[in-house]
Amino acid sequence: MKNHIIKLIKQNIRLDGRKNDEYRKPIKIELGVTEGAEGSARVTIGDTIVVVGVKMEIMSPYPDSPDQGTIMVGAELIPLASPDFESGPPRIEAIELARVIDRGVRESKCLDFKSMCIKSGEKVWVCAIDIVPINAAGNLFDASAIGALAALMDTELPGLEETDGVYKINYEEKSKQGIKLNNQPISCTVWKIGDNFVVDPLPDEEEVYDARLTVAFDESNDICAMQKGGDHSLSAEEIMEMVELASKKCDELRKYLPK
Amino acid sequence: MKQRLDGRKLDEIRPIKAKVGVVKNAIGSAMFQQGKTRAIAAVYGPRELYPRFLQDPEKGMLRCNYNMLPFSGTNGGRIRPGGNRRSKEIGLVTQKALLPALDLSEFPNAVVDIFIEIDQSDAGSRCAGICAASMALAHAGFQMKDLVTAVGVGEVDNTIVADLDYKEEHYTEFVDKFDNEHVTDIPVAMMPNLGKVTLLQLDGRIKKEQLKKSLEMAKKVCMEIYEVQKKALKQAYEVAK
Repeated sequence: MKNHIIKLIKQNIRLDGRKNDEYRKPIKIELGVTEGAEGSARVTIGDTIVVVGVKMEIMSPYPDSPDQGTIMVGAELIPLASPDFESGPPRIEAIELARVIDRGVRESKCLDFKSMCIKSGEKVWVCAIDIVPINAAGNLFDASAIGALAALMDTELPGLEETDGVYKINYEEKSKQGIKLNNQPISCTVWKIGDNFVVDPLPDEEEVYDARLTVAFDESNDICAMQKGGDHSLSAEEIMEMVELASKKCDELRKYLPK
Repeated sequence: MKQRLDGRKLDEIRPIKAKVGVVKNAIGSAMFQQGKTRAIAAVYGPRELYPRFLQDPEKGMLRCNYNMLPFSGTNGGRIRPGGNRRSKEIGLVTQKALLPALDLSEFPNAVVDIFIEIDQSDAGSRCAGICAASMALAHAGFQMKDLVTAVGVGEVDNTIVADLDYKEEHYTEFVDKFDNEHVTDIPVAMMPNLGKVTLLQLDGRIKKEQLKKSLEMAKKVCMEIYEVQKKALKQAYEVAK
């Protein structure tokens, strides 16, 4: 299988007939897909479906940033989504996925942490972003990143009640107030298979890759986070080529974001 | 109780949506939504069972896993992932609710896995999960004696009602006047055509006559749900016109 995939990719053909730099169709981003979350999105790329939900909670701020809220990103590779996923505590794949998405949101400064302060030194908002694939058929990285952004765009703060300095969230009530987003980071992962670069891999292609690079861009096309993965090394030239391709693809993906 | 909080009739269930084939990777899958409560179920297998000592040469094993997604709570904060005692128990009773409908003697040494994910919850999630799971099994093509259909019935303020939602389960927090503070919640699963009960739990307290009434109501309501399940399954095989 590995040789077959590499041979095809050399000729710029994928297992499903696409070109190396093409995403699967359809690409869809739907907002407000689950009522329990304060914000949610369902991303479809080909057969891959990922749901991202945002829950807003309150907590005491960290001592080193008393006037700043924070985020928490979790990814659950639930066994419902693929015969290859198993129950149990999160494996390293899920942790890496969550960390990469976390970095994309955090380092782009897309969320204004200071605006998430309720009372300095006492209470701040914490934004819990949970990523759940419903059908895992390749490229969870890119689907999750754009899903996380879309879910944040959809988020409305719940009602907040204060009595004698004690804060309580009323989840039944929507404040109609969104959370402030400074920019809109999305990411594209470029995979090196043999001597060629591909995007949006199928599970079989993910099995045989040599190296990958996830690059997050904000809407002014500045890089805001990166992660290299895989067992093989990359040269500086290769990295720049991958960044170029990722940049081009992020531009395309951005068009699917709801206005 | 004079009137239900959301204006439903006593034996009226919340609006249902059902669909099969929602998880392509799985052998069979289904979504079942009742009011705000929504379950997705996917079936994998029969596949080899490990560790080996669990294998049964006489018949296959059915494993059910129930989980609530972190953002599924419509009435509260984030739910910590990773399962707990409650989700383990619901997995167990779900397995017991489905087993009587199946014949796994064709699959010695193998396991059939059902994964149920609750992505929105407003009470009655184990029942929605069982409805989704039995549809997913049928969609996967397993021979079944009957579909399994489940609903929560119960007694709220001395009145027997079907399909309690979160507010009814916590009735006394939402109304000022009531005659009986007890809310009795009775999840029931049955094979509707055979008239056999496969899951029965009860939280609260209730008189024997009232229990009898509740079960009768459950039977009637399960038949309604069964029709929706059947329709969704048939739709999956309809040729597009």
